[in-house]
This record gives sequence, C-alpha cells and structure tokens, in this order.
Amino acid sequence: MTEIKRKKLDSATVISIVIVLALYVAVFVAEQFIPATSMLFTVIKKGATYALVAVSMNLLNGFTGIFSLGQAGFMLIGAYVYGIFTIPVISRMDVYQYYNGGLVQFTLPVFVAMLLSGLAAAFLALLIGLPVLRLKSDYLAIATLGFAEIIRALFQWDKLGPITNGSNMLRLFPNFNDFNIRNADGQVVVYLSTLVPLLIAGVCIFVIILLINSTYGRALRAIKDDEIAAEAMGIRLASHKRLAFCISSFFAGVGGAMLAMYQTTVQAKSFTTAMTYEILLIVVIGGIGSVTGSCLSSFLFVACSEWWLRFLDQKQVIGDFEVPLLRNGFRLVVFSIIIMIVVLFFRQGIMGRKELPDLIRQLQGKKVKGGASK
Amino acid sequence: MWNTVFPYLLSGISVGGQYALIAIGYTMVYGILRLINFAHGDVFMVAGIIMVYMAASGVPLWLCIPLVLVLTALIGFVIERVAYKPLRSAPRMSAMISAIGVSYTLQNLVLYVTGGLNQIYPTIPWISDSVTIFGATTKMVTVITPILTIVLVVALVALINHTKIGMAMRAVSRDFETSQLMGIKINRVISTTFVIGTFLAGVASVLYFTNYTTVIQTSGAMPGLKAFVAAVFGGIGSIPGAVVGAFIIGIAENIIKGLDIILFKAGIIGGPMGLATFSDAFTFALLIIILAVKPTGLFGEKITDKV
Repeated sequence: MTEIKRKKLDSATVISIVIVLALYVAVFVAEQFIPATSMLFTVIKKGATYALVAVSMNLLNGFTGIFSLGQAGFMLIGAYVYGIFTIPVISRMDVYQYYNGGLVQFTLPVFVAMLLSGLAAAFLALLIGLPVLRLKSDYLAIATLGFAEIIRALFQWDKLGPITNGSNMLRLFPNFNDFNIRNADGQVVVYLSTLVPLLIAGVCIFVIILLINSTYGRALRAIKDDEIAAEAMGIRLASHKRLAFCISSFFAGVGGAMLAMYQTTVQAKSFTTAMTYEILLIVVIGGIGSVTGSCLSSFLFVACSEWWLRFLDQKQVIGDFEVPLLRNGFRLVVFSIIIMIVVLFFRQGIMGRKELPDLIRQLQGKKVKGGASK
Repeated sequence: MWNTVFPYLLSGISVGGQYALIAIGYTMVYGILRLINFAHGDVFMVAGIIMVYMAASGVPLWLCIPLVLVLTALIGFVIERVAYKPLRSAPRMSAMISAIGVSYTLQNLVLYVTGGLNQIYPTIPWISDSVTIFGATTKMVTVITPILTIVLVVALVALINHTKIGMAMRAVSRDFETSQLMGIKINRVISTTFVIGTFLAGVASVLYFTNYTTVIQTSGAMPGLKAFVAAVFGGIGSIPGAVVGAFIIGIAENIIKGLDIILFKAGIIGGPMGLATFSDAFTFALLIIILAVKPTGLFGEKITDKV
C-alpha cells in the first residue's frame, strides 16, 4: 500500500502529468491563432479518436491477452447510436428521406448520446462475450471479426431502415465544429473544436490508465502472462475477461461516436475489417502493452497518412529532375513498408511496454521498474 | 420452385469450389504453422491483377494462365520467406500481425499500381462461354469449377498420402519439433506448403474472376475470409473438411442471395425482405455457431492442451 502511494507521488509521474497538461494548453492556444483549416487540427482530431480506440484495443490485446479483432464492429455501434440520437428533429425528414423521417423522433444531448454509444457497445460485447470469450487465441480473433461483419450487415438491412437509415448514410448530427463557442452573429469567439475531442479522449484514456494500475488491472496482466497460473491464484478468468471485453468495447463505442463527429457522416459499409487492421497496426507500432505508445503512434500514424507523407502522392520536381514512382497511392506503399519493418524487426514498437513516466525516470537516471523485459 | 432455386444452387456450387481451392491454402498453412495467413486472400487478388496486366501487355492467354500460376506460387514462397520465417520462434500473435501487415501491404501495392480502379478481367475463351444446363443459363466456368476442384483435391490428397514430401508435411503438422529432430527439413516443407496453397489460390482466382469479371485491391478480402471460415467449419488442418465446408458456405451464401425471390415464389413472404444483405453475415454466423458447438469443426482432430 505504501509503495503504491509513493509511486503515485514520484516526480516522474508529476512531470508526465505536467507535460500532458502543457500539451493541452498548447493546443488550446494554437487553436485560437492558427486558421481552423490547418492540417494540424485535422490530425489532432482524428489522432485523438484513433488514440482512444487504439488504447481500448490495447487493453484487450496488450494487457489481457485477448486477441480480439472486433473493434470496427463496436465503433460502428457507437457511431450509429450517436448519430441516431443526436440528429436534430427538424433534420430527420432530410436524413431519413426514404423512411418517412425514421422512428426516433427526439434528440439527446451530445454527451448523453456519447455515453449511450459506449453503453450500447458494452452491452453488445456482453452478449458476444458469452460464446466468444471461451475460444482460444486465433479462433477468438476470427470469431470477433465475424461478429463485426454480422453487425455491419445488420445495420445495412433495409428492414431496420427506420432506425439505421438502411444502407444510406446518417448525417447532419452535431460534429466537432459545434463545440466552438459562437456569439449571436454566428461568429466563432472561442475555438474549441480541437480541444474538446482531445479532452474526451484524454479523460477516457485516463480512466483506462487508472484501471490498468488497479488491482483489477494487475489481475488482467496475470491472465495475459499465464491463464492457468492466474486461475490457480484465485483470479476468476471468465468474469475478468468479460469485464475487460466490455470495458474495451465501451471505449471503442465512444471512439466510434468521436469518429462519427470527425467524419460528419456515418455509413455502415465503411466500418470494415480493414479499419480494425489499421488500429491493430497502430497498437503494434506503439508497442503492445503501452498506453503511451498507442497514443503516440495514433498521432504519428494519422499525421503520416493524412499530412506528412502526402507529398509522396504528388509529382515532385527537384530542379529539372522529376522524382520517379511518385503518384497517387505511393504514400500508402511507403507506409506499408515502414509497418512491415516495424513488425519484423522492431517488434517492441516505439515504446515496448514502457510508459511516459518510465521514460522520464530513465532520463533522470533512475532504474526503470518492469520496463521492456521481453 | 426448382427452376427458381437451381440457378442459385449452381452458382453456389461454383463459388463453393473456388472457396475450396482458397481454403486449402489456409488449412494447410494452419495445420503446419498454426498461423492464420490473413494475406492468403490478398495473394488470390494479386493473382487476378497479374492476369489483368499480363493479358493487357499482349501475352497470349494460353501462356498467361500457367505464368500467373507460377508467379502466384512464387509470391507465396517469397511472402513466407520474408514475412513469416523470421518470426518462427516469436509468439504466435507476432506472426498473425505480420500476416495482417502483408495483407495491408499487398492491398496498398495493388492500389498504387491500379490507381484504385476496377480492372476488367480478360475474357478467357471456352470457360467464359454460356451454356444451358437443366434450363439454367450460366458460364462454362460454373460447370468446370466443381469438377476441377475435385480433381485437384484428389491429386493433393494423393500427394500428401503417398509421397515423401507429403509424409513430411503430415509429420510436421503432427509435431513440429520432433519432426525437425528426425531430420525433416522444416523450411523446405513449409515452403512447399505455401507454394501448393498459393498455386491453388491462383487457380481459384482464374475461375473466380472469370465469373465476376472485375478485380480491385479489396476483391480478395471477403473470399479470403470466407474461405478461412470454410476451413474452420470443416475442421482446420483437414483438407476434405475444408472442401466440404467451402461447398456448404458457397451454396448457403448464394441461396441467401436469392432467398427473397425463392420465398416470394413459394408464397411464404409477400414482399422483398432484403435478406440478401445477410449473405456475407450468414457465413460468420455459421462460424460462430460451429465454434460454440463443436470448436474443432466437422472433421477436426481433438486437441488437448497441456499445462
């Protein structure tokens, strides 16, 4: 007990918290002065969304050792629940034009709807978990992947159209730009459209960190290391796994709602297994079992794919020399090769299993506890 | 009634045969390496793309097909050597992640080469011709696929049961370490497995894309997943199991595609229900049911884990 208290108060943790808070302040200040169309904000918004989903996946794959590939399905649930309950009543006729305005004829506040997104995803996880969590590693992976596909088909089903709008997209719900504070003339007074998503993701990730560092989190890690030994130590496997699965899905659902806000539209057919793979690769690049790593690599991944590597998709001329190979899609090729190199040669990813405070401790010259041991 | 169902059944058998050829690749690799080769479906798609480009560059079609098959097998060989061999002693999850990485890479490479546009698959004479059997008009390929599949599977089973390399494969899939100690060249066996698997996927791609006529970078994902489900359904590691599973899934999928019309004509439902949306989802529902009821699949061996 005393050791835990000491750990919470040590300087490295305090410095980490200060760094994170400083980043928030920096984003807030930057948002007021840099034009809102800057790529920087796109990257932060999408990065925050992906960070949350990646951390939630890491909770399963990295900390509990449940290799689930259902993330896209839970995000889909989250995105749809958010969309369905927040479209303003006056816009519903436009959105549900083929379904006579749809069945749902009320609107929930944004944050209530987000919470509901998470809860819906968690509830579904509870149901799916009953048959699926009994399965072993790769069977579990393929079964969760299968569930994501079933959900995707279900949401496109014409008969559910009055609720889900069938295979048409949901739109016109509040998005990140609605967080900006406007004056009576509709002019933006305070820009918050980047800070708020970052805050939502931050709060959610903070909750996950608290969870990981609780006794419950240690039980999960024991399960990851050796299921049978963990069970022998008195950890109830089934209930712990189920709870981890539900919590991870809850945050994936919230992440889905954020993705809906980022994209401003939702359509079931975009939540493919490719999306799950992308998030899995983010987790791997960041380091399986490191929250800091997942966050860092989300922002890196989004920044590279949306911004920094964009130049690879266009013709570049240096002097008289036209750089060969550069054309649409080359960015993704380079990107895949980088990913393959990480997967094959740097299996630790960026952070291994270390977190930000561990890094600071290392800089301070202290011994890192439980760092990259594998 | 029969006239309504028969065309769907026919295309179901045909697609089932194509899935079977892909599924064999999954099941053989899983049997030996315990690895879900997520890139297998994409290799199948790449075979289609190679065919498109080769035919467009003026190589005569009769030469294209063998060349595509050889190239596909070569790709399978290279993928194994580059992406899976270095991870042989790593945890199983690493190899699976590497497979997902390869899948991502192949899709992006094809996206780059094709510019993300649908490519029209060349029309192969004879197998693209229309035929009428029992009153249903279809392409020749529909009829050939199941026959070719059966012939190839029989040949493969003979290879596994009666040749030296086949015996080595069976030994390796039974016990990796021990067979290594007995002097079996593991790397050769694994490479052979990949070559056979991707070769069959190449054959499947010729048949499949002759039927569907367009190829795009995501074309391989769904058939790949379904073939994998077929392999699990039949009992992973078992070749006859994979084939039976693939035919069941192919037929079920196509019947569901036509279920609206079939039920309507039979007078069970009054209007369209949009059930065709579930043709893909049904495959996965089947997977979850079989995993819950009989986790080892129809023909799978029972495995007991020791502490």
